[in-house]
Amino acid sequence: MSYRVVHYINQFFANIGGEEMAHAAPELREGVVGPGMALQQAWNGEAEIVKTVVCGDSYFAENEKAAKAQILEWVKAEMPDMFIAGPAFNAGRYGYACANIALAVQEELGIPTLTGMYEENPGADLRNKVLIVSTSNSAAGMRKAAPAMAALALKLMKGEEIGPSVAEGYMPNGVRKNFFEKERGSKRAVRMLLNKLNGKPFATEFPMPSFDRVEPCHAVEDMSRATIALCTSGGIVPKGNPDHIESSSASRYGEYSISGVDRLTEDAYETAHGGYDPIYANKDPNRVLPVDVLRELEREGKIGKLHEVFYSTVGNGTSVAASKAYAAEYAEKLKNAGVDAVIMTST
Amino acid sequence: MVKEIERAGIPVVHMCTVTPISVTVGANRIIPTIAIPHPLGNPSLPPDEEYALRKRLVTDALHALASHVEDQTVFEGTGSSV
Repeated sequence: MSYRVVHYINQFFANIGGEEMAHAAPELREGVVGPGMALQQAWNGEAEIVKTVVCGDSYFAENEKAAKAQILEWVKAEMPDMFIAGPAFNAGRYGYACANIALAVQEELGIPTLTGMYEENPGADLRNKVLIVSTSNSAAGMRKAAPAMAALALKLMKGEEIGPSVAEGYMPNGVRKNFFEKERGSKRAVRMLLNKLNGKPFATEFPMPSFDRVEPCHAVEDMSRATIALCTSGGIVPKGNPDHIESSSASRYGEYSISGVDRLTEDAYETAHGGYDPIYANKDPNRVLPVDVLRELEREGKIGKLHEVFYSTVGNGTSVAASKAYAAEYAEKLKNAGVDAVIMTST
Repeated sequence: MVKEIERAGIPVVHMCTVTPISVTVGANRIIPTIAIPHPLGNPSLPPDEEYALRKRLVTDALHALASHVEDQTVFEGTGSSV
């Protein structure tokens, strides 16, 4: 008899559609769908996917309680040996959904769970609570991710002991186990140092945690005199996208004048973002970048003035390092322009 | 991006729908919005009501910018004026 698995995937991997279907409510399908095939192949008959849960990424993010309740009910009825979500690679909402539904299944039903994603995925924030296999940042990494997830899942189902994260491929989860190294610490440390000095690769045994936090800035004292700037990761650009900002993994940001613009019209502006359904933003770009409201607040004297340019990029799949670099650059420009505060909108 | 702006010394408010992600990346002033594809709008409302909703959210954002915060803060709809 083989082990029984329930698998969770999003609308994209279920072949329902892309962003235009991200609002899709959860549905339950018999057997294996999409990426589950690769898992099942790797199990070679030892385990099988009995049910697949499909849920739109936006639906989960916007209706987390309802989605969880429905999915938990389905998983409970099935009582599988294992619940697997993803892999989600660098898809932010999908990774968030995978980690959170896995955590809920584990906590509410006591069923072992496993998911997989890229280490920068916001869902990976839960790495100390759910087991997450580290994957590459795009679905091209499926060939590597699926066997790694399948092997670890099988071990969990068999109740075998799980080795250290470096050997099993999951993200370090804060669990420490004592064991004896063959060589003593001083020898290992000196070897690491020699490698470092010689420019050779070496791996630290204790990576320092990165607490990249910035202290909150002071409050704006007199809003009626303040210059407010608008920025967005929602991809609002002048119609035709003159700077050719990519719909995903943006390699640049845009700087656009809104001097004399009273509201963003559908004839003059649109979104370049490929990670959400663009219908609403294209019809009324103020829904992402609220120029219309800020102009009115400017007229009413609630703010001093709206800064004459806005900065925009596409947050979809754009790496943290790239986003940091873009914002660091335009933050200097904002500062030099005497901007007092910024409203950043994200989709 | 919000962190880089704040690092430059400019107070910033993040308006977004999936606020847990904003907390994870480290925004300090956060305003929850309506939905991923239309954070500052709701296409199912008549235009004047949709505009009023957007004005309320932006007013909340200005209120957040005018508020002193010690730590990461998610401002739940206050609807207050500046």
